[in-house]
Amino acid sequence: MITGAKPIVTARMDHEDSYTIERYLATGGYEGLRKALGMTPEAVHEEVNQASLLGRGGAGFPAGRKWSMLRPAPTTYLVVNGDESEPATFKDHLLIERDPHQIVEGSIIAAYAIGARQAFIFCRGEFALGLERLTRAVEDAYEHGALGENIFGSGFGLDLVVHPGAGAYICGEETALIESLEGKRGFPRIKPPYFPAAIGLYGEPTVVNNVETMSNLPWIVLHGGAAFAALGEGSSAGTRLFALSGRVERPGWYELEMSKTTFRDLIYDPSLGGGIRNGNELKAFIPGGVSAPWFFPEHLDMGLDQDAVGKAGSMLGSGSIVVMDDKTCVVRAAWRISRFFHRESCGQCTPCREGAGWVDKVLRRIEDGFGREEDVDLLLDACDNIAPGLSWPPKQTTICVLGPSIPSSIVSAVDRFRDEFLVHVKDGACPFPPDEVRHAG
Amino acid sequence: MSGLTPENLHKAETIVALYPERRSALIPLCHLAQAQEGYLTEECMEDVALLCGVSAAEVRGTASFYDMLHTEPVGRYVVAVCTNIACMLAGAYSVLTHAEEHLGIRVGQTTHDGLFTLEEAECLAGCDKAVCVQVNHRFFGPVDREGFDRLTGDLASGRLDDEVPHHGVLNRVERTHELEAHRESEGAER
Ligand SMILES: Cc1cc2nc3c(=O)[nH]c(=O)nc-3n(C[C@H](O)[C@H](O)[C@H](O)COP(=O)(O)O)c2cc1C
Ligand code: SF4
Ligand code: FES
Repeated sequence: MITGAKPIVTARMDHEDSYTIERYLATGGYEGLRKALGMTPEAVHEEVNQASLLGRGGAGFPAGRKWSMLRPAPTTYLVVNGDESEPATFKDHLLIERDPHQIVEGSIIAAYAIGARQAFIFCRGEFALGLERLTRAVEDAYEHGALGENIFGSGFGLDLVVHPGAGAYICGEETALIESLEGKRGFPRIKPPYFPAAIGLYGEPTVVNNVETMSNLPWIVLHGGAAFAALGEGSSAGTRLFALSGRVERPGWYELEMSKTTFRDLIYDPSLGGGIRNGNELKAFIPGGVSAPWFFPEHLDMGLDQDAVGKAGSMLGSGSIVVMDDKTCVVRAAWRISRFFHRESCGQCTPCREGAGWVDKVLRRIEDGFGREEDVDLLLDACDNIAPGLSWPPKQTTICVLGPSIPSSIVSAVDRFRDEFLVHVKDGACPFPPDEVRHAG
Repeated sequence: MSGLTPENLHKAETIVALYPERRSALIPLCHLAQAQEGYLTEECMEDVALLCGVSAAEVRGTASFYDMLHTEPVGRYVVAVCTNIACMLAGAYSVLTHAEEHLGIRVGQTTHDGLFTLEEAECLAGCDKAVCVQVNHRFFGPVDREGFDRLTGDLASGRLDDEVPHHGVLNRVERTHELEAHRESEGAER
C-alpha cells in the first residue's frame, strides 16, 4: 500500500535550490537544532530511542542503541558515513547534493547528544559536486552560528569537517573508513572491539552513522520520536529512501513509509517504478544492495520491512532494489557482481581475496561459453569456502562482511536458475541477447 | 616537474589544521596535488609527506590503495563508464565497447593527443541515470552510444569547460573556517 506519509528526508527536493542555506532556512532549517539545544543531550538521545530509528547504512542497527554503547571519555568523535559505494545505491548521493544542510544539522544534533568534540563527514571522493555543496553548507552553517564555539548562544561548541574519500568501496566499512580518515589505507580493523564506540578514530570512542540516518534527526527532534515511530510498523519505523534501478520504466529514488509499502508497489505502481521495461516479465530482484540474496516474483507482496526481509533470507541492506527482467542473463549478472567484489576486496583475508578471484573467473568462463558442467558445483564450493554452510546471515570467517557477501548473488542464481548455467555450458555460448542500450530522454 | 605551488602549499596548511592529527590530511592533500598536474608527481608526494609528517614512501603506498589517485600521468579528461549491475542492465558494455572504438584506445589507455583517458568504473551512485558516465568526476547520464560521441565532442571543443574542470575534486571546494570550538583548551593540551 502506498500511504500518504509525507516525505521526511526528501521534503525539499522539489525546489531547484534545495541545497542553499536560503531555501533551508525558509523551510524550517536549523529549527530542530535550536530545539535540541534547549533540551539536555540525554533528552535528545531519548527522542532518538523513542523514534526507533534504524541505521540507514546497511546493517540496520538502532541509532539510539549505538550511541548508548559509547565508552565514556573526554574526547568523543562523530563520523558521518557518506562513502556510498554499494552497487545500485544512490540515495546518500542525492541527499549530499540536494540537501546538504539537513545532513549538517542532523550531524550537529547527533554530536550534541553524544557530546562529540569534533565531527567529520566522510564524503565519497567521486562526488565532486557533493563535496562542494557539503563544504559550502558547513561554511554557511558557521556563518549562521550553527557551528563553532558557541552554537546559537547555547554554550555548546562543535567543529565539522568534510573529508573526501579517494575511491575504495571498502572504506564504507566503518573501521576501514576510520583508517582512511586517519590517512592510511582502508583496511578494516580486526574485531573485537566490534564497535568504534569503544575504540574508534585516533583510538577514541567514535560513533559512525550513515548520511541518511543523520538526515532524519532534525525531523525527529522537531516532531518527536513518537511521531516517527508511528510511521511504519514495529522495528521498521519511519520512512526510508529507496533507490530503484535496473529494468523498470521509472528508475529513481522514492521515499516510502516502511513496512506498509510493498516491493510490488515500488516496482509496479505508475507513480513509482512504473512496471518492468517494455512490458517484460519480472525474473528476479535484489532487495537491498548487491550484498543481499535475491528475491523472486513470489516475494513481491512483502512489505519493505527489515525484519520480514531478514526472515525471508535476505536483507533490506542499503535500501537499493535492482530489477532483472526475463531478458536478463543471471550468469552475467552474478558475474558482474562477483567481479565487483573481486576488484574491491582489500586482500587481508585469504577466503575473500582468493575466493573472489575464483568465482569471478569461473562465472566469466561460463558466461563466455567455456564453462564445464562441474563448474556450477565448483562455484558453490568456492562460496562455501568463503562463508561455510552458505547460511543466512552468512557465517563470518573474515575480518569484515565484504567476503561473506560474495556468495549471495551466486547462490541465489544457481539455486533458482541452475538450468540456465547448464545451457551456457551445453551451447558453448550465452543464450541471452546483449543488454539493450537504454536511450536518453 | 615541481612540487606544490605556493598557493597550494598555503591551502595545504589550512587543511592540515582541520585535523587533530596531521596524517589525516594525507588524502585531501593528495587530491590537491593531483589537481595541479593531473597526477601525483614525486615532488608533490614529497611535499605531502612533509606536511603530514610521514615518509614519501608512505604517501605513495597509501595513494596506491585508492582508485582515484594516480601516480602516472592521465589525459585531461578521465572518462569513466560505469559497467556495474544497474548500468550493465542498461547496456553499459555496448557503450564501453563503442567508447573504445570511438576513442581508438582500450580501457586504461590515454589518447595520443593527451585529451582522454578511458576507465571502466564501478557503481558511481548514479544508477537511475544508467548508463552513467563521469568525466573528471562530473556526472553525465543516461549516456548511449550517440550520447558518448556528443559528450566527447563537447569536451574536446571546450564547450563543457565550465561544467568539467581539469582534474581534481577539491578545486572548487572552499573551506575558510578554522577549528573554532575548542580553541582555548587546544593550546593547553599541546
Ligand atoms: C563492505 C562494506 C561497505 C559499506 N559501505 C557503507 C557505505 O557506503 N555507507 C554506509 O553508510 N555504510 C556502509 N557500510 C556499513 C558501515 O560499516 C556502518 O555500519 C554504517 O555506516 C553505520 O551507520 P548506520 O548505523 O547509521 O547505518 C558498509 C559496510 C561494509 C561491510
Ligand atoms: S573480508 Fe575481504 S574486504 Fe573484508 S577485510 Fe577481509 S579481505 Fe578485506
Ligand atoms: S551501477 Fe552504474 S552508477 Fe550505479
